[in-house]
Amino acid sequence: MNLFWIIIGMGIVTYIPRMIPLVTMSTENWPAWLKRMLQRVPYAILGALIFPGILEAHEQPILAVFAGIIAIALAYIGVHMIGVVLGGIVSLYFLQMMF
Amino acid sequence: MEESISNKNDFREGLLSGIPIAIGYAPVAIAFGLLAKATGLLLSETIAMSMFVFAGAAQYMALSMISLGAGTVEIITATFIVNIRHLLMSASLNERVESDHPLIKACYAFGITDEVFAVASARTDTPIRSMYVLGVGLVAYGSWVINSGVGYVAGALIPETVEESMGMALYALFIALLIPAVRQKGRIVISLAILGGAFHWLFSLFTTSGWALLLGALSAIAVMELTEMSTKRGGTS
Repeated sequence: MNLFWIIIGMGIVTYIPRMIPLVTMSTENWPAWLKRMLQRVPYAILGALIFPGILEAHEQPILAVFAGIIAIALAYIGVHMIGVVLGGIVSLYFLQMMF
Repeated sequence: MEESISNKNDFREGLLSGIPIAIGYAPVAIAFGLLAKATGLLLSETIAMSMFVFAGAAQYMALSMISLGAGTVEIITATFIVNIRHLLMSASLNERVESDHPLIKACYAFGITDEVFAVASARTDTPIRSMYVLGVGLVAYGSWVINSGVGYVAGALIPETVEESMGMALYALFIALLIPAVRQKGRIVISLAILGGAFHWLFSLFTTSGWALLLGALSAIAVMELTEMSTKRGGTS
């Protein structure tokens, strides 16, 4: 029963930060530089999501880095998102078989 | 009539874009289910947590806190602290989405995880449609909830080599989102991403994962802005 309240509470405090800005925030009168910063958030977040986390994607960090380089190459030549993801998984699978 | 057809297409595109997240969530959710079982949760509690919380890092943290005997308030507070980073993502997404009824926005807001935010905001057409965000979130959510259950029931059956290599999925996804942006917008995107990674690493030495990500991203965009300001000033003087 205790766990029930933990789950409900966790759900509420997770939802609030996701919901408040979308529902209540109006940036119409914000200065241009602040809006520009908000629009740049995704790229900074992507970098932060990749590094340093990728070093923990596998017991041997170097293998994950190699798989990452393959993913970069696939994405660069224009492979679809799903292909890049599958390519990353498959290359890490074979890399760990080889080394 | 046209509106509803366009909504349907946006939703379908959202579902498609959610598939890489669904693949990436599978190993993480399966491992969560397995760990939840080991922690002593019931299957129903495990699935309920994934259904109502939908936040990977926080759910893992809750399991370890439960096993350490932490109190309800402690766990909820820690969850809030880890997930406060979504304020920034929601605020950033709000700049790009179409204006819509607050109830619809409140609905898809539930699904804004790091990954759903990353995929939705990689959309190049502005404004981003509500139905698109909803579609992405729904597929990610489905994978998260279902695979939590799968992990609980059958997680031990999955070979370790497969699970380990699937840990690559989310990183490959982030790369797949970043590279086209780099090709399209060039140096600014690379600079922001490198700064984001560097600051995230730096902050992760001092603070917990949610804050490190939030502070890392904020520092990256602040440094970028300041650098631009100073070079502009330097250029004109």
